[in-house]
Amino acid sequence: MLLVEQALNGVQLGVTLFLLAAGLTLIFGIMGVINLAHGSLYMVGAFAAAFVAARTGSYGLAALAGLAAAGLVGMAVEYVVVRRLYGRDHLDQVLATFGLILFFNQMAIILFGRQPLFVTMPPVLSGAVTLAPGFSYPSYRIAIIAVGLAVAIGLSLLITRTRLGMLVRAGATHRDTVRALGVDIRLLYTIVFGLGALLAGLAGIMAGPLLAVQTGMGEQILITTFVVVVIGGIGSVRGAFFAALLVGVIDTLLRAFLPGFLRTVMVGPEADALGAGLSSMGVYLLMALVLMFRPKGLFPAHG
Amino acid sequence: MKRRNLFLGLAASALLSAPALAQTPVRIGMITTLSGPGGYLGQDIRDGFQLAVDLAGGKLGGVPVEVVVEDDGFKPGQAKQIADRFAKAEKIKLFTGIVFSNIAAAAVPDILDNDLIYVSANAGPSNFAGKDCNRNYYVMSWQNDTLHETAGQSATMLGFKRAFILAANYQAGKDALAGFKRMFKGEIAGEIYTRLDQTDFAAEMAQIRAAKPDVVFQFHPGGLGIAFMRQYQQAGLLGQIPMVLSVAAMDQVIADAIGDASIGVNVTAHWNGDFDSPANKTFMAEWLKKYGRAPTYYASQGYDTALAIGAALKGTGGQVEPQAFRTAMLKADFASVRGKFKFGPNQHPVQDWYAVEIVKGPDGKPFLKTKERIASDVGDVYAKDCKL
Repeated sequence: MLLVEQALNGVQLGVTLFLLAAGLTLIFGIMGVINLAHGSLYMVGAFAAAFVAARTGSYGLAALAGLAAAGLVGMAVEYVVVRRLYGRDHLDQVLATFGLILFFNQMAIILFGRQPLFVTMPPVLSGAVTLAPGFSYPSYRIAIIAVGLAVAIGLSLLITRTRLGMLVRAGATHRDTVRALGVDIRLLYTIVFGLGALLAGLAGIMAGPLLAVQTGMGEQILITTFVVVVIGGIGSVRGAFFAALLVGVIDTLLRAFLPGFLRTVMVGPEADALGAGLSSMGVYLLMALVLMFRPKGLFPAHG
Repeated sequence: MKRRNLFLGLAASALLSAPALAQTPVRIGMITTLSGPGGYLGQDIRDGFQLAVDLAGGKLGGVPVEVVVEDDGFKPGQAKQIADRFAKAEKIKLFTGIVFSNIAAAAVPDILDNDLIYVSANAGPSNFAGKDCNRNYYVMSWQNDTLHETAGQSATMLGFKRAFILAANYQAGKDALAGFKRMFKGEIAGEIYTRLDQTDFAAEMAQIRAAKPDVVFQFHPGGLGIAFMRQYQQAGLLGQIPMVLSVAAMDQVIADAIGDASIGVNVTAHWNGDFDSPANKTFMAEWLKKYGRAPTYYASQGYDTALAIGAALKGTGGQVEPQAFRTAMLKADFASVRGKFKFGPNQHPVQDWYAVEIVKGPDGKPFLKTKERIASDVGDVYAKDCKL
């Protein structure tokens, strides 16, 4: 039962990572931009939702506000800053988007202060669901998993079945050809960036009631998100999905079981120290292994 | 005419208070954490320190001071750079403010190696308290272990037998678990170090539930603690398995954040807002007047640090010369908001500890209420290894 519960925790972490990674991988794959400020969009979604939830008490409005804020801010960032970076090299992009992180964090401090904000959980979801006799799991976390999976299916339909998805796929592999065919690539970029921001905002909104909404919350999760993008294959949403689940489950299981396992073969403090160290290295080791055997990631977008 | 009067007035006051005006303000370098999950900790230290300075009209111990504040961003490397710049470019000789032990470990050795003075307003890592103690290093808060030893003692006194203990994986977390285990007489049902950047504790909650302990002790400062407590509550553990904590894991902000669910939690502390001393009453009243929010214990430490530095500066006549400063500082000649305060042989505090319970306050919000003193004149176990 403990194993099942920990696996569910892993899946829940995985879908949150997927929501962030999907946008990041699209932006990187299609526009070639390393967007360090992606975590800030997650933060914007979380703050907007927390603010509206505290003011109105309505979770529906809060979710809408969070999505709208993240999406609009994302498109504004693309229009004002990122648009100027497409032709530049990655160092310039890193510098500019790092500057955006500082800007957004400071802005959040000016608007909301340094003390974290809190979102109470929607009452409907604050209980636990009994999945098997003697085994229950928090309903809110189940809801996160459900929303994450629904978004994954929706995104996959969007990309494989619609005209926009076709352009996205084409843009990822043959950017110049798409432009030569007369597609308004700038508009496409803005839409894709906004879509990525929307997903990041959704992750932020859902994280609100679990974690504390505070400045710098985006950077905490951003690094793991980059690991997911690299493992999954840059530009591949399918890769991001499987890599996110893999990273989420492996990270959680290592954290949960490795120290206990080491304690059976070693003595006390060393086992704890080694266990804590190894389990935080786990996902990076996984990334190194994947890169050794599949240098382009598990599901490379470029064939 | 008006302007001439002003000049005359200035000249007269300059004549009257010539020694004070001749002094350039003593600059105090405050490196602290103002952003990220621990941002409110540094904010309270800064504001507490500044409050003491402002109440004395921009002076400490009668000596004009200027507090130069920089945010370390919760990054050890950044704190080290700031310390370096303060020392070399700004010629600052007196430092304070660092919140986290891992950041202190990066920045403080550089300060001490240059024969400059560091007065800690929070972090008290074990590695600076024993044989590597330093004449220019003073701690105003506590040695990390003692903060949690009293929680261990409290858990023993409350009759708990099996404890599950968790802490963030950094120096202060290791000191925390060492401290708790030193004074807890029962059995340890499980021990986990979490990542310092971790915000989702679902995996740990499952393990706590599986281990069925009768008490949980955890140390996650600032935003981490808020996330931990909320998830503990969401996992349905808060009603089932009681917690005994040091105040570092349940300060006023954390209690407010989790609301009613925090009521009944046992906490141990060296300071609490309801202490009855005149010094503390002044502090509480002036703090509320100036900032309009309830102070955390970090604020009290910032305030005490400023008072202690003031007492030392008064003794040296405003000179920041290590030997003279030390003589004056070690007298601890100031009215601490905690009541009794003196320095031990390793220049860490010797002070009293109290059991505190979270109750429903008059405004319906959680309120930290002092129950009783549980230990008197507590120093730390590392002091005996320190030869100064």
